[in-house]
Amino acid sequence: MKELRLMKGNEAVAEGAIRAGADGYFGYPITPQSEVMEYLMAQQPEKRTGMVVLQAESEVAAINMVYGGASTGKKVMTSSSSPGMSLMQEGVSYLAGAELPCLLLNVARGGPGLGTIQPAQADYFQSVKGGGHGDYNLIVLAPSSVQEMFDFAFLGFELAFKYRNPVLILSDGLIGQMMEKVELCEQMPRTTYFDRSWTLTGKPDGQERNIVTSLDLDASRQEIHNQHLQEKYRKCKETEVRYELIDTDDAEYLFVAYGSSARICQKAIQLGRGEGIKIGLLRPITLWPFPAKPLVELAPKMKGILSVEQSAGQMVEDVRLSVGCGVHIEHYGRMGGMIPTPEQVLENLKKLLITK
Amino acid sequence: MDIKDIIKPENLVYQKTPLMTDKPLSYCPGCGHGTAHRIVMEVIEEMGIQSETIGVAPVGCSVLAYDFMNVDMVGASHGRAPAVATGIKRCWPEKFVYTYQGDGDLAAIGTAETIHAANRGENITIIFINNGIYGMTGGQMAPTTLEGMKTSTSPYGRELKSMGNPLKMTELLAQLPGTCYVTRQSVHSPRNVRRAKKAVRAAFESQKENKGLSLVEIVSNCNSGWKMEPVASNEWMVEHMFPFYPLGDIKVDGKLVNNQ
Ligand SMILES: Cc1ncc(C[n+]2csc(CCOP(=O)(O)OP(=O)(O)O)c2C)c(N)n1
Ligand code: SF4
Ligand SMILES: [Mg+2]
Repeated sequence: MKELRLMKGNEAVAEGAIRAGADGYFGYPITPQSEVMEYLMAQQPEKRTGMVVLQAESEVAAINMVYGGASTGKKVMTSSSSPGMSLMQEGVSYLAGAELPCLLLNVARGGPGLGTIQPAQADYFQSVKGGGHGDYNLIVLAPSSVQEMFDFAFLGFELAFKYRNPVLILSDGLIGQMMEKVELCEQMPRTTYFDRSWTLTGKPDGQERNIVTSLDLDASRQEIHNQHLQEKYRKCKETEVRYELIDTDDAEYLFVAYGSSARICQKAIQLGRGEGIKIGLLRPITLWPFPAKPLVELAPKMKGILSVEQSAGQMVEDVRLSVGCGVHIEHYGRMGGMIPTPEQVLENLKKLLITK
Repeated sequence: MDIKDIIKPENLVYQKTPLMTDKPLSYCPGCGHGTAHRIVMEVIEEMGIQSETIGVAPVGCSVLAYDFMNVDMVGASHGRAPAVATGIKRCWPEKFVYTYQGDGDLAAIGTAETIHAANRGENITIIFINNGIYGMTGGQMAPTTLEGMKTSTSPYGRELKSMGNPLKMTELLAQLPGTCYVTRQSVHSPRNVRRAKKAVRAAFESQKENKGLSLVEIVSNCNSGWKMEPVASNEWMVEHMFPFYPLGDIKVDGKLVNNQ
């Protein structure tokens, strides 16, 4: 029997984390993601699975608790929203530098500064270009449904441990707050095996101790470490690209949109096709690695591409970098927590790509 | 008598703990950090808990503590060691977890993490090396720098009105119900080394009994940062640091000592 539930996105990702066998959650309240910790505290996962949940004194502390837990090989996570994610960036850079697996969730809101508490997608650059210092990449997953909020807790931990790298779920206030039907899968057991090649579990007698650090004062060795990281990212780019194509077979115009914008675009496609405009959608599921290849294949068949984001235009830069100059590419988006309607999206496709 | 007649097991009075690696210490000659490392490692050896211990190194002169301490260790970002230790201890409550931090690390950038770890009563041990200065970055003023003390960012001496007061973090932490054992020691003489080692042992024993956060402050010299010869720096420490940072137990078994 399928286990179906009506849930908020924030609750679904929390339930997903428990069922994915997470060992620990460390977080600090911020709208619009506070339900993640509230749900976890109410569920008492310490009793359900032994998972630890702790409210930290700040996002700075939370990300460093994640760093500590991750260094011991445990499945740990945190969640926040835009201003809190900014505060975490030093820790994120350390996690990437020390090659520690963990799951991060940003239920993004409008910025800059304290901004608003309404949904936005203006943290794209921070998420995929490295919000902290140094050359590093996060694996970035963009859910566009409550079901994916649940599923990506599993996928996120899986990829984090496969690559020993932080995985970020970049969601937004709309996906976090809305309620949808979710199909839940069974509880996974918590891990009992720890890979002694890198985890800190206490130095076993007769074996070498392990050290987890991102520091190497010797520049030549630090460069070798950087080359190793780049090689890992290259492998990840080769194998982990995920995306969804909707109505692209006969499409003459293409939306590129992720998360809540992808949902809005789906409705805009229906409206457009009702008027005889053949539109399709490429929905990146991994924002990093970015689905450049499928985009390059589709682009020559299109009369124009519209990147739809709730931002001033961030992902559109990756669309342009992937496709090059041959195709007409525009951006449409609203900012500061405003959500475009499907009608506005269609109207702007016509204005920017057809009548222009 | 030949040297071979002297080097015999029955004549052995002292040897380096195998919990200190053979790597040459990166500290300036005369610095207290090395001795502080050694007593922490000796305690872990004597308690037989090497295989159950995870240490957290700070950012400061002891950033490379994991090169010298032969236990599993993680390097934290500047000031966040108590949060990192919290993450480890919450995931592995049965392990011994300690941080080793300087005064800039613990009492400036990491004040929030330190106070809140103590306030939650995290069952960890903090070894706090207070040398009243930022040694690592070249001798700048720390929150613990004494009034009138010259550093590279207080070249005319610390002036309280504009630069604030020296911070007694250890006394402050002792006020919190989450701390169990809080003490201030030094390692500048054999007698003080013995006392400091006893204190470190008491701190780890307190962790073993799940009593909450234990903290051993070690008032130490930074001869390079203070611009003194090692011996002179220790004399200066006795004369100037100890009156403001008096040695001794501040809290034992959850109770404040001597009307602190
Ligand atoms: C975020 C950040 N800010 C600043 C620094 C530079 N920094 C390195 S060590 C240090 C001071 C360390 O002083 P203390 O904790 O007293 O240790 P000591 O070297 O005196 O033992 C500073 C400011 C850093 N590494 N990271
Ligand atoms: S700078 Fe100061 S604290 Fe650092 S090693 Fe030298 S004497 Fe010790
Ligand atoms: Mg110092």
